[in-house]
Amino acid sequence: MRTIFKTSYDPDINLFKDRFHRLCYALLCIVLILFPFFLNEYFIGELTLTLIWAIAGMGLMILVGQSGQVSLGHSAFMATGAYGVVILQSKLGLPFILALPAAGLISALLGVLIALPTTRLHGIYLAILTLAISVLVEDIIVLAEPLTGGVNGMFASDIVIFGINFGRYSNIANLYWLVLFTTMLLVLVYKNILRTPIGRAFASIRDSEVSASAMGVNVVLTKAVAFGVSSFFTGIAGAFFGHFATAFNYETFNVIMSITILLMIVIGGVGSIHGAFFGAIVITLLPVLISFLRDFIFQGSSINLMALPGIETGIFSLILILVILFEPRGIYGAWLKTRTYFELFPLYRKDMFRRQKSYLKTERLR
Amino acid sequence: MEILQLIFSGLSSGCIYGLIALGFVLIYKATEAVNFAQGDMMMIGSLSIISLTSSTALGLSFIVAIPLMLILMAFIGFLIEKVFITHITGESQIAIAILTIAIGFGLRFIAGVIWGYDPQTLESALIGKYYNFGELVISISEVLVIITTLALTLSLYYFFAKTKIGVAMVAVSQNQLAAYYMGIPVKRMQSMTWIIAGLLAGVAGFLYSAKSSVDPITGLLGIKAFAAAVIGGFGSLPGALVGGLIVGLVEPFAARFLPVGYSHLMPYIILVMILIFRPHGIFSQTYSKKV
Repeated sequence: MRTIFKTSYDPDINLFKDRFHRLCYALLCIVLILFPFFLNEYFIGELTLTLIWAIAGMGLMILVGQSGQVSLGHSAFMATGAYGVVILQSKLGLPFILALPAAGLISALLGVLIALPTTRLHGIYLAILTLAISVLVEDIIVLAEPLTGGVNGMFASDIVIFGINFGRYSNIANLYWLVLFTTMLLVLVYKNILRTPIGRAFASIRDSEVSASAMGVNVVLTKAVAFGVSSFFTGIAGAFFGHFATAFNYETFNVIMSITILLMIVIGGVGSIHGAFFGAIVITLLPVLISFLRDFIFQGSSINLMALPGIETGIFSLILILVILFEPRGIYGAWLKTRTYFELFPLYRKDMFRRQKSYLKTERLR
Repeated sequence: MEILQLIFSGLSSGCIYGLIALGFVLIYKATEAVNFAQGDMMMIGSLSIISLTSSTALGLSFIVAIPLMLILMAFIGFLIEKVFITHITGESQIAIAILTIAIGFGLRFIAGVIWGYDPQTLESALIGKYYNFGELVISISEVLVIITTLALTLSLYYFFAKTKIGVAMVAVSQNQLAAYYMGIPVKRMQSMTWIIAGLLAGVAGFLYSAKSSVDPITGLLGIKAFAAAVIGGFGSLPGALVGGLIVGLVEPFAARFLPVGYSHLMPYIILVMILIFRPHGIFSQTYSKKV
């Protein structure tokens, strides 16, 4: 086990714990960058999608994991990002490299607009409100037909930056690198936000709003900022999602998508960046796994379990239920436990990660 | 006369929303959790009553089928509580909410496997029977919906206000530990709540199937019922019914007087407005805490 001898407060907020840690992530980055050279196009596509989901997951993670607000409406921001980036390019003629952050900012603006009047809401009420917004956005997209193409949806042309083509079907490797680069950038942004005063304020309002305001944290402002940052990330993910799907309409960004993003980060592990990535991997791997099972395991046998309609959601919900019941901190929590087990090898105790027993008190008394 | 007709159809669909909302409120009142699967439970209730009575499936008469379906729904409620919810007693509201969302997905999947994704309708002598009062057309099934809902709400209200068990349930919801010290069997109260919620879902499902066709996606109706529950204040039983009626009434009027496409938005817009301007509903149940 490695012990770090801290002589100042600085190491507490270092991005990397030690040199080994840094090496691991450098290696991971190199492997990720090299992937297109030895994988076929299908897998590169799947990897790109995983990264896009991971960005969306990070967006929601800032809100749920860091600032303790639950949103069931993040498909609204995905939609804003996707429609925003395409409309900015086609109607205003902006280049992609400007349209992408602009779409993110539009999403962020929408997020802040939703957050400001609703900061009085807590927990479940906020979840219901965002659920309603997610439904509303679907209909608003249909109604805003001149801008959004209504029921028919929109087509996203290939991404072009400085004459280099990043098309989904023509240059998937380029698109992958672009998304990877953006993801890395956003991870850095996320990590750094957590080190700033506003990141600390997020954690304080997550843990107790009353104490946070007693410590001088502006709860309303902090919540709005959390919403803004979160929807910025999700908007970027949406922009890439639109270009990845190449064609999308209002149905692409339905309530189910919002719920999926939330479930994704819960499966991955709320409160950590790793969780967003683990969740994204589960989400994209699941259909692949199911089609694999369908093709190889059940082929020829009379029981064709995998051909049932909606099997994906079935398996997905089963995984989710199991995760919540047995590993509430998600895949990342399980990984932490295993790692601690090996680090402390003979000394690990089962109670080390035991959840504190809490008793329910009404939230109507505030 | 047209207005009267709109009011009437609004009332009857409002009652269904109200019933689903009652399910939410009931579980919220007793366990402080929000059951996102309530709409899907209702859908299971509808589909099972359709199967039980349909001449191509079991073909039972309603006198047998309705109790059977209610027993099934109570059992489903009991099972959800015993298998899933007890394990995370004391966790945050959100964990339970996410769990019930997952259960909802699961129920939708199971319904899709058993019944397929085609809409189904109830076979009944009552359906399609109308009485004409002048220009006003009143269908029997709608009257049935309204009467049943009123009776259920009143009896539930009485249950929570007067009976010992009801008061115990409220106590459990407000402070588990204190309720436990007072000798209230907290766990049993929670199972009981879920059983009642299952029964309510069953009744709502039966009434819904008497009004329109059902498929596994019907469960998403629950989102509109959220609007009803929130308008009512999420902790108040009469509030849930009133909220349901408001949502139900707004819909046909919006469909009549607003341009196409906008009417569908109205329940959600009301929901958002209520949450922004009166976050704890019309029948507020919130008290401020002294630090």
